[in-house]
Amino acid sequence: MMIPTSSLVALIVLLAGVMYVGGRRRAVSLAGGRGGVQRLNSLPGHYGMLVALWCALPSLAVVLVWNGFDQRVILDTVLGHLGQGATSLAAGERGLLVNDIRNVVQGNVALAAASPEVRAAALEWRHLQDLSHLAVAVLALTTAVVGGGVAWRLVAPQLRARRAVERIVEAILILCSLVAILTTVGIVVSVMAEAFKFFGLVSWTEFLFGTHWSPQMAIRADQVGSSGAFGAVPLFTGTLLIAVVAMAISVPIGLFAAIYLAEYADRRVRAVTKPLLELLAGIPTVVYGFFAALTVGPLLRDLAARVGLTIASESALAAGLVMGIMIIPFVSSLADDMITAVPQSLRDGSLALGATHSETIRKVVLRAALPGIAGGILLAVSRAIGETMIVVMAAGLSANLTANPLDAVTTVTVQIVTLLVGDSEFDSPKTLAAFALGLVLFVATLLLNIIALRIVRKYREQYE
Amino acid sequence: MSESANAVEARIAANLRRRYRAERRFKAYGLVAVTLSLLFVVFLFTTIISKGYSGFRQTYVQLEVEYTPDRVDPEGRRAPADLAEGDYLAVIKAALRAQFPEVTERSELRKLYGLLSQSAEQDLRKRVVADPALVGQSERVWVLARDSVDQYAKGQVSRAVPEEERAVSDQEMGWIDALTASHRLEKRFNWRFFSSGDSREPEQAGVLGAVKGSFYTLLVTIVLSFPIGVAAAVYLEEFAVRNRFTDVIEVNINNLAAVPSIVFGLLGLAMFIQFFGLPRSAPLVGGLVLTLMTLPTIIITSRSALKAVPPSIREAALGMGASRVQAVSHHVLPLAMPGMLTGAIIGMARALGESAPLLMIGMVAFVADVPTGVTSAATVLPVQVYLWSSSPEPAFVERTSAAIMVLLGFLLAMNALAVLLRNRFERRW
Repeated sequence: MMIPTSSLVALIVLLAGVMYVGGRRRAVSLAGGRGGVQRLNSLPGHYGMLVALWCALPSLAVVLVWNGFDQRVILDTVLGHLGQGATSLAAGERGLLVNDIRNVVQGNVALAAASPEVRAAALEWRHLQDLSHLAVAVLALTTAVVGGGVAWRLVAPQLRARRAVERIVEAILILCSLVAILTTVGIVVSVMAEAFKFFGLVSWTEFLFGTHWSPQMAIRADQVGSSGAFGAVPLFTGTLLIAVVAMAISVPIGLFAAIYLAEYADRRVRAVTKPLLELLAGIPTVVYGFFAALTVGPLLRDLAARVGLTIASESALAAGLVMGIMIIPFVSSLADDMITAVPQSLRDGSLALGATHSETIRKVVLRAALPGIAGGILLAVSRAIGETMIVVMAAGLSANLTANPLDAVTTVTVQIVTLLVGDSEFDSPKTLAAFALGLVLFVATLLLNIIALRIVRKYREQYE
Repeated sequence: MSESANAVEARIAANLRRRYRAERRFKAYGLVAVTLSLLFVVFLFTTIISKGYSGFRQTYVQLEVEYTPDRVDPEGRRAPADLAEGDYLAVIKAALRAQFPEVTERSELRKLYGLLSQSAEQDLRKRVVADPALVGQSERVWVLARDSVDQYAKGQVSRAVPEEERAVSDQEMGWIDALTASHRLEKRFNWRFFSSGDSREPEQAGVLGAVKGSFYTLLVTIVLSFPIGVAAAVYLEEFAVRNRFTDVIEVNINNLAAVPSIVFGLLGLAMFIQFFGLPRSAPLVGGLVLTLMTLPTIIITSRSALKAVPPSIREAALGMGASRVQAVSHHVLPLAMPGMLTGAIIGMARALGESAPLLMIGMVAFVADVPTGVTSAATVLPVQVYLWSSSPEPAFVERTSAAIMVLLGFLLAMNALAVLLRNRFERRW
């Protein structure tokens, strides 16, 4: 018998609904019918809810945990039964074998077309999978019935059902807010684990301070370029170069736009312009990437050719320029917040002393808002560093160590994408290097964010 | 005092002029900045639209086909299985030969056949299988032209380019012109673009697969992120006592909101695919990754929606003997719901436009089939844009822009919905 997970969950929910009605009825009848309801400690619905929760939660937990691990257990069992041959295989070859088996199991490859070894494994896999589905269904439904039954027996007029239900609800709420922490832990653990595997193959000093990056490793040891080079400095400089270009565009334009809109523009202009600017923020980055690669890159190349310069068609300038446009609304809305947070009394004081409007802005408002704006700019830098699609589509792949924005450079994010997209086995230094780069990216942006958020928060408190 | 009053006045006047000039300059900088950013918006949209609008029309060629029984149904049984086996390519070839009797040489004939898309054969097959009475009849049908024919018909291939550098030769241009002159070549609305999945052939490629992939991915995302996000926000805003623990959660949420999206992709790859063994390229994994990514946004907006509900509501409920959970679930949550939904829609719009983390978990694979569930291999709209934009075929440029227009259309609709919701249900206290 085959019960898909979705219908199993639906069945459990249905069962919980039945249990709700049962629990409610029992409470009412124990109280002596409708007239005696005031003898109950809580509302009848609370008793029903308690029974339903006892029924659904443990069994849903069973389903969740089971589904999280059954594929792994099945995989290990099947590989174990393949015998000595499979366990002694290299990691890469084992990955291919597993892929073959999986394709047969999922029906992508006909059973008859597979080799006998794979066929046997696939059949065993299917068998185990059916068994697993059946087992989880039986286990979950038993848990549901037992849990609900126990709670149903517990129902009594003195039972403080409301308190019990609310404790469960609060526990669920806490669990949900823990997801944020779990995500961070997940990022740190998973990315770090792979990154440390990488640092076991390539020393971290070479990675952080080496200046030569060519991760393409030949498969055979005697080919040219058999040892990949993993010096990430050109990636760091490339990332910074593009980020610098982007900030050079977005900071002045964003800042001045924010000043104009906050201090000069009348309300109608502001009401039209702000949403239009925010339109820029809502456009997916892949659209910017397309725009950079197909329009801005060639445009810059033609312009440069006219004045006698040569620009690489995947120049840092094109990617940085478009990234700058993308970040303008980010800078301007943050700066706008900071400027409007400056108390009016400061402006009034300055104007009363005879300063012009622009002098007031430059010498009083901006100075008062400076920490906040600086924090906002740091946040923008962290966005520029982590931005992926624009650079993937518009920046180059070759790791050049240069400070010239007319050259093609590559960035950390571009390399992560190129290293991980495509079918490559999981344990080669090439793929692991992507996780090391990811770790660097995560740590760098985290530091920037922590500093920026601290500055912004401190500044906000100042005027509250 | 050597300086006369006049001189002092003149100095002040000059100084004032200078200061007013600086004032005007400063204001002008601001105006320039605003104008520039608006120009960027306009430029971006005009580029995309001018490149993409032609993608919504596609060139078709009219053929006078004859479904001769010996080609279509040699057994003569009219059984669907037989009809599906028929040689429709021969039918098309015969029709083309009849239309251009002057072409006789083999290599030229091959070029002539090449004017049509490979899908023409499939389309005829479908027609006949659906209606076996067509066998032995002849009819006029419109079939899809090849991408280069389409490009020439749309004026994207110029005769000025040397013949060997363009996709359409002079001879082919002559045929196309002849077809146009006899009204046998026509541009029609490109339904196929909205009704088919991806294809290697530009003229057959459509966005339906990507749209459905996006739909399933967002479905997983909203189903997981909205309840979890609201629950977390309720806990932090309504129940939690401020202490180190909640501080840690709060700092965490703020930091997660600023983590580059690609890092979430790495997490998804290492955890969901490597560790839990979930299928690659599946909307399920994409949705999980996007859930983790949009959760901070949803928590933050939900919290501000909860904050906007005045404390008097809670106090009134508590005063009537409600518990905290009752006060929140019966009174605060319904009042905060419009704001939370607005936040959720905006979060979903962001998730819809996201592509970097999905590249990591294999949603960039070429998938021709339209996905049918959360575990079938799929791609999403922005990734489809990325895939087409990196394709060397020039005909994909207009498809990419057209796909971008579809994507922007969805985003616009979602944001409009959010604004509508806010205006309709937002209450000021």
